Amino acid sequence: MTSQATQAFSAERPWYRARWLRRFFRNRLSLVGLAMVLVVIVAAIFARYLAPYPGDAGPSVHFANTLQPPSLAHLFGTDDVGRDIFSRVIFGARFALLYPVVVLGIALLIGIPTGLIAGYWPHSLVGNLILRLTDVFLAVPPLALALAVTVAFKPSLATAMIAISFTWWPWYTRLIYGETRRVTQEAFVEATEALGQKSLKVMFKHILPNIVSPVVVKATLDVSFVILLGASLSFLGVGAQEPTPDWGAMIARGRLYLPNQWWVSTMPGFAIFITVTGFNLLGDALRDALDVMD
Amino acid sequence: MGLVQFSIRRLLMLVPTLFGLLLLVFIIARVMPGDPVRLALGPEATQEQVQNYRHQLGLDKPFVLQFVDYVGGVLRGDFGQSLRTNRSVSQDIASTLPPTLELVVASLIVAALFGVPIGVLSAVFRDSWLDNLVRFVAVSGVALPRFWLAIILQITLGSGLGLFPIIGQTSVPIHHITGFDTIDALVTGNLRGFASVLWHLTLPAFALGLPDAAQLARLIRSTMIDVLRKQYVLVHRAYGMRPYRLVARYALRNSLTAALTLMGMVLGALIQNAFLIEVVFSWPGISAYGAAAVLAKDFNAVVAVTLVIGVVYLTSNFLVDLLYGVVDPRIRYQ
Repeated sequence: MTSQATQAFSAERPWYRARWLRRFFRNRLSLVGLAMVLVVIVAAIFARYLAPYPGDAGPSVHFANTLQPPSLAHLFGTDDVGRDIFSRVIFGARFALLYPVVVLGIALLIGIPTGLIAGYWPHSLVGNLILRLTDVFLAVPPLALALAVTVAFKPSLATAMIAISFTWWPWYTRLIYGETRRVTQEAFVEATEALGQKSLKVMFKHILPNIVSPVVVKATLDVSFVILLGASLSFLGVGAQEPTPDWGAMIARGRLYLPNQWWVSTMPGFAIFITVTGFNLLGDALRDALDVMD
Repeated sequence: MGLVQFSIRRLLMLVPTLFGLLLLVFIIARVMPGDPVRLALGPEATQEQVQNYRHQLGLDKPFVLQFVDYVGGVLRGDFGQSLRTNRSVSQDIASTLPPTLELVVASLIVAALFGVPIGVLSAVFRDSWLDNLVRFVAVSGVALPRFWLAIILQITLGSGLGLFPIIGQTSVPIHHITGFDTIDALVTGNLRGFASVLWHLTLPAFALGLPDAAQLARLIRSTMIDVLRKQYVLVHRAYGMRPYRLVARYALRNSLTAALTLMGMVLGALIQNAFLIEVVFSWPGISAYGAAAVLAKDFNAVVAVTLVIGVVYLTSNFLVDLLYGVVDPRIRYQ
């Protein structure tokens, strides 16, 4: 028993031999997910070198080449102003990944302190106020609220990101609230309180590190939702605008050329599909590996 | 606590939430930069005309008074005037809400009709090719952008094979009584109209409901597998109960509670994704109306649509909670 316990918490075990990593890599689907996500990240970073026509990511125009079907020269065909859709889809990976980075960053920035406060002082006025406020934000599905928020701004990529962040933080407040309440009841928190630690220090130094796993898992699973939501807002016309190679905006623009020039709309959809599937598989695998319940 | 008491308490708890939502969206809509009145009247309008219209809409009053006026209106069912359609927003909502509810209900039926049996079969024939297929489709189904799936359905089954119409709600005129085309067509004995409505409803309902059918199947499968391992199932099996009866009467019922939890989430997904599906299929619903209102900065309409969607969403969640007790008599309302 003692040897097992010391082994489990041994500081000598190097990070790359951690149990959750081994569990993670044993699952074949997690490797598939990881590969898909890596492809998207590589595409985003090296877009300039991978895209056959890097100039087409911007507002360039090739009138001799408009609406060409997929061919060897243009794998995904060309759009209504002759730009190579394949190149634009590769550059689109940058914007797709920017959504979750910004949105989840803001959501955590708001969600962590509000969740900790509401969970640590659940019966206080502030704690109650925070929870009732999350009720209000969660009374409408995210896309509906985000859409309403965009009415206050000009349509742009930044608008879409602000609008999604606005709807996303309450989920983290709720999650961290629940986890904080659970951890607060444990003996070590009581002990640190008894030793006279300041409340803020207890929250951030003792409680927070103990609730990291569920938050990380939720964030990974949320990446795909946020990407889908961002693409949806752009598709509806309130997000990224021409000439930004945003996948959702590209699909919306391509609708004008349906059904004959089908490739303009359908090709960017595959990119969304692969990215979202990749992050879903990764999130599922991480949840199993870190052994976090839903 | 009795069912009635429980219902009343839950409904009363919704009131402050909805009030908060109204205030929140009202603030967002009224602080927007750029002048919506100027936008509505066009660049040719004189300063005086703009001032008059602002006065007429009450936009020159202090913010708090505007809100008080607005809440008073909402309580009387008056959401103000739409800057885009020039009709009262309440009228617009009354005519656009029924088509959306029809679409969401139809999608829910699609999700349940495909999700439940496929999930059950997948669990009963665990690890067969069918099970593997279901798991694969379930994982990828969640990742499908619905607006993209909608476009693919339009291209293939719609304009490609010509099997289904790709836009609109009906091609046969229907005399409106309730606003729900399916009901109105049936009530007036307009069978051709009814067929046309169902025909138009098929593609949007599938585009909206299929990804959730995949989710539902995945959940039913995993809970069914747990239930099928339970001792009482083994006992019944040992007594020689036929597999069909065992699954339908004992195993399925016990996994429905878990499915209901998901159903609440599915409803949320359907309501929000209706925005995308309605735009693609030119469906004359409240979501397409709301999306157009956002683009036109038609703030009265935006506030009203958000509020109505909140009411629909919270009410449906409440109904799901009530259903728990029907499906699982062990659950007590509290």
